[in-house]
Amino acid sequence: MSTNATHEAETRQTTIEADPNLPTIRIIRDFDAPPEKVFRAWIEPDLVVQWLGPKSTEMRIDTWDAHTGGNYRYVALQNGEEVAAFYGSFHEVRPSERLVQTFTWEGMPDGVSLETMTFEDLGNGRTRTIGLSVVENLETRDAIMASGMDVGVNEGYEKLDALLAQG
Amino acid sequence: MSEDRLSRVFAALADPTRRDIVARLAVGDATVSQLAAPYNVSIQAVSKHLKVLEDAGLVTRSQDAQRRPRHLEAEVFDMMTAWIERYRRQAEERYRRLDAVLASMDDDKSKTTIKGAAS
Repeated sequence: MSTNATHEAETRQTTIEADPNLPTIRIIRDFDAPPEKVFRAWIEPDLVVQWLGPKSTEMRIDTWDAHTGGNYRYVALQNGEEVAAFYGSFHEVRPSERLVQTFTWEGMPDGVSLETMTFEDLGNGRTRTIGLSVVENLETRDAIMASGMDVGVNEGYEKLDALLAQG
Repeated sequence: MSEDRLSRVFAALADPTRRDIVARLAVGDATVSQLAAPYNVSIQAVSKHLKVLEDAGLVTRSQDAQRRPRHLEAEVFDMMTAWIERYRRQAEERYRRLDAVLASMDDDKSKTTIKGAAS
């Protein structure tokens, strides 16, 4: 499997790395804000709801106790209806440096991933975030990676066609 | 890849059982009964799924006439690259919203800076 989908053209673009031999996903992205600020956007609930959920859904936070040993739960809403719920614990909240959480989609209650987010100070008010997700096995990882496919079928093939043409 | 072919590939991969079969064939060739083993379905049902994957050109039958193990075509790895790219785009969309949030935090000086763990 090709493991790196970096876009060279835009340096700020998200990079995804899926190790062929380990059930992990690494997501790297730079932001034009210092680590303290990026970290706040990750742990303050009124900021989190503005960006974390999928595009077409609204996010409602039920529980949010963002300190080491705390826990969280949130639901995704579409037209006011619950379509998915997620929960986990805050294993470690180390301000402006590191955030470690467990993550479970309630639709698959036996599945749990370990999410480690590292906030790297790039200087000049910029931050690199490195998110590492570890799941149970490669099949689960690949299923997560492919999870957008059902949507893709409905969205039409034009963009995907162009995408494959590049490859 | 023609649009028609692409449509068949995506239709074939839209089913979770078939995605799982593909994931398992990525590890190595397998016979129909080996593929059927983990599911609560008949060999006939798995054969139907395999037929869809074969029609889409994702899976072929190996030469071994007796066991006829199924083989994943290398081309499917291009699809996996597309999956990764799609996943990457979703993450990028999310992070662009975060860009906007970070920019709006500049304008909102009333927010207090977090010192230590937030609750």
